[in-house]
Amino acid sequence: MKFAVIRFPGSNCDQDCVLAINNLPGASADFVWHKDTSLAGFDGVVVPGGFSYGDYLRCGAIARFSPIMQTVKSFAASGGTVLGICNGFQILCESGLLPGALVRNKGLHFVCKHQSIRVESTNSRFTRAATKGQVLNIPIAHGEGCYFADDATLAALNANDQILVRYCDAQGQINDASNPNGSRENIAGICNETRNVFGLMPHPERACDAALGSTDGLVIFQSLLKN
Amino acid sequence: MSAITPEIISKHGITPDEYERIKSILGRDPNLTELGVFSVMWSEHCSYKNSKLELKKFPVTGPRVLVKAGEENAGVIDIGDGWAIAFKMESHNHPSAIEPFQGAATGVGGIIRDIFTMGARPVFSMNSLRFGDIRGDSQQSATNRRLFEGVVNGIAHYGNCIGIPTIGGEVYFDDSYSGNPLVNVFCLGILKHEQIARGAAKGVGNPVFYVGAETGRDGLAGAAFASRELTEESKEDRPAVQVGDPFREKLLLEACLELLASGCVAGIQDMGAAGLTCSTCETASRGGTGVEIDVNLVPKRETGMTPYEILLSESQERMLVIVKKGEEDKVRAIFEKWDLPYAHVGVVNDDGMMRVREGDNIAVEIPARQLADEAPLYSREAAPKKAPEPLDLASVPGADPLTALETLLAHPSIASKQWVWQQYDHMVRLGATVLPGSDAAVFIVREADKILAASTDCNAIYCKQDPREGGRIAVAEAARNIACTGATPLAVTDNLNFGNPHKPENFLQLREAIEGLAEACRAFDTPVTGGNVSLYNESPAGAIDPTPTVGMVGLVEKPEHITTQAFKAAGDIILLIGEPGDELGASHYLLAVHGRKAGAPPQLDYAKELAVQNAVRDLIRQGLVKSAHDCSEGGLAVNLAESCLSGNLGAKTEIPGTRADVALFNESQSRIVITFAPRHASEILDFLKSRSVPHTRLGEVTKAPTLTIEATGKTFAWPLEKLRTPFEKTIPSLMSWEK
Repeated sequence: MKFAVIRFPGSNCDQDCVLAINNLPGASADFVWHKDTSLAGFDGVVVPGGFSYGDYLRCGAIARFSPIMQTVKSFAASGGTVLGICNGFQILCESGLLPGALVRNKGLHFVCKHQSIRVESTNSRFTRAATKGQVLNIPIAHGEGCYFADDATLAALNANDQILVRYCDAQGQINDASNPNGSRENIAGICNETRNVFGLMPHPERACDAALGSTDGLVIFQSLLKN
Repeated sequence: MSAITPEIISKHGITPDEYERIKSILGRDPNLTELGVFSVMWSEHCSYKNSKLELKKFPVTGPRVLVKAGEENAGVIDIGDGWAIAFKMESHNHPSAIEPFQGAATGVGGIIRDIFTMGARPVFSMNSLRFGDIRGDSQQSATNRRLFEGVVNGIAHYGNCIGIPTIGGEVYFDDSYSGNPLVNVFCLGILKHEQIARGAAKGVGNPVFYVGAETGRDGLAGAAFASRELTEESKEDRPAVQVGDPFREKLLLEACLELLASGCVAGIQDMGAAGLTCSTCETASRGGTGVEIDVNLVPKRETGMTPYEILLSESQERMLVIVKKGEEDKVRAIFEKWDLPYAHVGVVNDDGMMRVREGDNIAVEIPARQLADEAPLYSREAAPKKAPEPLDLASVPGADPLTALETLLAHPSIASKQWVWQQYDHMVRLGATVLPGSDAAVFIVREADKILAASTDCNAIYCKQDPREGGRIAVAEAARNIACTGATPLAVTDNLNFGNPHKPENFLQLREAIEGLAEACRAFDTPVTGGNVSLYNESPAGAIDPTPTVGMVGLVEKPEHITTQAFKAAGDIILLIGEPGDELGASHYLLAVHGRKAGAPPQLDYAKELAVQNAVRDLIRQGLVKSAHDCSEGGLAVNLAESCLSGNLGAKTEIPGTRADVALFNESQSRIVITFAPRHASEILDFLKSRSVPHTRLGEVTKAPTLTIEATGKTFAWPLEKLRTPFEKTIPSLMSWEK
């Protein structure tokens, strides 16, 4: 499976994503420049983390106008796999590929740490290798990761089983104390209705090597590679 | 142009003697723009005129040194297999005192540019920070908290956005820094030997390109500002503080690395302190050439800027690139790909002059070498040396160790800095294998498949009491921290923070500290690869405690050698390597519990120190050591508490000594506490005996979450939660004071 890792001006987890994916048997990744307009030859798209356009105006608000995003949208519309991580999640929300928005963390500070998240649904190509209720240790690193959506959107996300991961503590408990940024319903990541676009704030690419303290991020990539 | 009056000369910080020297270099009177150019290039910040004679005492050569200190923007050290590292530390103290967020942010931006200018990809940053006391409800404490918060936010803003992890450092709080915080930032980059880029204007006829942010009026003459004392009126110097744009720098970084890889570059230099002035005259001087530019061609953010303003602006995120003639189009294509403003502003010539035109008019014409490299050098008057008064132990009432340990852990200088480093993205680039909070940071450099350890250290109380001993210990402690991770020290960068050198007692501190550092760098075989001098660190209350910060980098041979301070398993034996010690002078115990900065600091013995470090490193490499932690502020008791808390395990120990507070809290040097499995005990003890390295078995790690220390026949016990609260909650609760 060949992934396109989109490179916006200000992306800074692009190299990490390529490295992590290229270390997986059966997967490879290449950079695609944001001014390009073709995704030919790729089986999946990763919109990586970072500070595209310096987070100016609003996180992800300018990147969605990059030429490649039109292609990403049609790629998604035709059922292609799109994974947005951190700033990539913000870009997917700004592009309308995912509902809701990511706003300033409740604590106002940038937070970088290992974080437990619970797999809420395995009914997706991103989480099918996990078990429901499985607690994953995956780092977060963001200042604007507080997921917000109105009540109607939240109800729809729940009804459609679109909430794939929630912040929790090491025991899997979901409560205010285990919510690092004030996200509504502890939401860490959601997919679209057709379940082929997934955005999450935690960084699975940072949890693919035991030397970095966790290999729990592998389950997301393994899900994508699973036939 | 108006005539140069003595008032104008003095306002530029140029002495009458220096003015005469300028006249003899030019063979005429300078014009105002030229005077401005000389004033920034001959400021302490750019010329090191008050410290250069002392800096020559540092060892700068060694088998691994590829680029020496002072030769280029940063030194370069060989790490094997064709790979090298470029690293450096630099201060942004004065800007941070006036505007903490931007001051710290642009400090990070500046040091990162110094690294990629060398052709290296920056892979991690660290910092060493000092603030006044943040406790209490005084106006001063509130200001110190505001500065602390602003600086941390500024570092986080810049480092996180540009995507270079901030993986470690140190933060101390002491009233000598009230009103004059220290912000020392460190960056390290990785490159192949053949990728070393030079800041020289080589090749007569080669075009000179300007690339990066447009020039504005921000940071006008910041280098000169940084070379003055801070006063009540310094706030009026706020325009001398630059504004940073990490997004621009990220583009500049990627574009420059792409440019250097393209082979089109003859020379490259960042515009940091003294901006366009410094980059043009330094590249010309290094290249043995001249450089001519036209300020009309420089991209500008504001209209009506004079040559004086353009040359002295310290707008951030700008580079000067000397392009190989004929490759201009390739270079333009790369800048356009990254959407960066650029302009072809000049040419390299052979007349040795820095010549600045404004269209047809010549605004500046100065011999480049004399401007860049021949600033006057001063040996200032040093006060006579006096030995520190030894501590009279009888004057120190023995405090209750139970509360004293909690008081020490709650001292902001010792308390956990998690509040700080959680705001830094320390995990980007997939390298931080030992997270902040252990002795030294350990980082896997993926592109080179190398593992580096890095530490910044300076105990300013030691330096205040005895700058020479303090300097020696700063290097020794850095090396000890590196040894505890399993690494071998490679080289050092330093950041020398002192008061006004015109005051003899301050100059004595500078000289003594440098001689101490230099001696220790020789002893540990760690050449100095460069660094920074920051003088004039004074506020209306007086000079700061002398703070010669050391940034040391080491190499870990194999991943299985990586060792941390956390206790690993119940039943493991806790062993002190080194002597139990009894020196309480200049200790944090005296400061935190008795409110005193007194006595002589502990005395360093190189032979003992090296024996301890080498023994620990060798044991680690034999795969026998589970944890290793250096003894520093707060002595053995704080050391044991930290290893318990980070491993979430207890310990049952006994510490020898005749007075409990001395036994627990003395700061004698050359001590490392290790743990290991009981089955390795005889092997380890035999090894230490064979090396004649002193050691004491302190006890064992326990599952029960209590730290127990027996001393002088009494037993002191702390449930871990009792230690965790002061250690972990102090800084977060202080920083939510007014919210």
